[in-house]
Amino acid sequence: MIVVKRKPIEEILKMIGPAENVLIVGCDGCAAIYQEGGQKQVDLMKLVLQMAKKLKQNRDINIKTASILRQCDRQICATSLRPLVNKNDVILSMGCGAGTQTLAQVFENNTIIPALDTMFIGAQDRELGKFYELCSACGDCILYETGGICPITRCAKQLLNGPCGGQSKGKCEVGGWKNDCAWVLIYNRLKDKGRLDQFTKFREQRDFRISQSPREIGETEEKTEETP
Amino acid sequence: MKKEVYSDLMKEITEGKFVFTGELEPVKTTSLHEVLEGAKILKGHVVAANITDNPTAFAYMNALIPAYMIQKEAGLEAIYQMTTRDRNRIALTSDLLAAGTLGIKNVLALTGDHTTVGDNPQAKPVFDLDSASLVYLIRKMVDEGVDLNQNKIENPPKFHVGIAANPNADPLEPEILKIERKVKLGAEFVQTQCVYDMERAKRFMKAMSYLNIPVLIGVAPFKSIAMMKWMVKFVPGIYVPDEIQQRLLEAKEKRGKEAIFEENIEIFGELVREIKSTTKAAGVHMMAVGFEWVVPKILDRSRES
Repeated sequence: MIVVKRKPIEEILKMIGPAENVLIVGCDGCAAIYQEGGQKQVDLMKLVLQMAKKLKQNRDINIKTASILRQCDRQICATSLRPLVNKNDVILSMGCGAGTQTLAQVFENNTIIPALDTMFIGAQDRELGKFYELCSACGDCILYETGGICPITRCAKQLLNGPCGGQSKGKCEVGGWKNDCAWVLIYNRLKDKGRLDQFTKFREQRDFRISQSPREIGETEEKTEETP
Repeated sequence: MKKEVYSDLMKEITEGKFVFTGELEPVKTTSLHEVLEGAKILKGHVVAANITDNPTAFAYMNALIPAYMIQKEAGLEAIYQMTTRDRNRIALTSDLLAAGTLGIKNVLALTGDHTTVGDNPQAKPVFDLDSASLVYLIRKMVDEGVDLNQNKIENPPKFHVGIAANPNADPLEPEILKIERKVKLGAEFVQTQCVYDMERAKRFMKAMSYLNIPVLIGVAPFKSIAMMKWMVKFVPGIYVPDEIQQRLLEAKEKRGKEAIFEENIEIFGELVREIKSTTKAAGVHMMAVGFEWVVPKILDRSRES
């Protein structure tokens, strides 16, 4: 899922500026599941903003709230929020970057502010309360060859032919020896499975056109060589 | 089929001579004075010298210029180090063409230390290729006269391509398999990270033996006690036996600062001799950046019985 992290309140206040009418929009997708952008966090954000505005600027602020099923769905944004959004509202998104941009498309006359930083595609370890980045959405998955461990994401150099000389006892020098070396993990996994041929084989350089942004999937107009 | 030999380094290796290579490090300067002085000292004692490419991700002078200049001004053959950290395949191809034009004959293909350990840690790391695909690129250029996308090169360059290895790697097996991958791609020689312990050197050479590639074992004397302590503490996997550390510390305490160099010559002369007489190494890669003068003395010492 998409892992997000709340921005500091000072930064959010700065972006809100003198605006008096704010609509805080949560997202019940990834952001809510990871307890950063659901209805609970939206309500908390409302309280914090009202208090901060009062304490720091001695001003009141009108805040409406909503949390919708998925911010990254235009139809859901439009049908659930149209009745709520006024012309002068500043919309504070508590969804990921995709959700925030979808809101900006649907409500193009309103100012949209991100309350969260979008971090990565990852997974959660509930016991440790930690999130780990696991996928870079590179568009060319090789997890079968690498024992289910992604070197594009989990190797700091995105090596296809690791490990490099920057590992010691399976730890990576990047980030102060706390992260596992993805290529030692891959080696151990493939060795256990008797598939070291997959480790030793040479993987050719990537074709970066596959991950050339902006990407889209679905029916689209034909490409043209001509400059419009 | 006998392979064509382009460089003095490869010629000596092929002839079965025990070869020595040196190392020179251009730094953050526009002056080539120190590199050329170092090259002049090494000339005659080593067959070629590596020119480092922004080592540990420090932004230094482009290695190609000094690589060319030591050949031209000091008559010392260069081993042009190239990392994939700062340049994508377009820039690497471009620099390899330039290196061919300038008469460079040996390239050491490296991935390169990560940007975050360098002196501009905020930089965007490139790593479009890795050391394996850089070997692949060089082989394509030399053997087929094309780049990675099969585009034809007029007057293709002639290089020998080497790779690095770390005998201190823990675990060692993935390191060996990684070398195997690059040997299969056509890497022609190996230069290793420095080794201070003969057991490790022997263990590594034994594990490597099935690959039949010439290995130059890295030997790096210590310029100072501080450097030794830094290496032990910060360089991944480096192991300096207590005996060596004690000998250098005692030399400094009992006989003063200069005695460190005398002790270095003793210690590393012995190490080089042992590598030569007890392993199947093709040679030794001497790394004494900034005190190149110690290299001839260590090599002389290694020849005394």
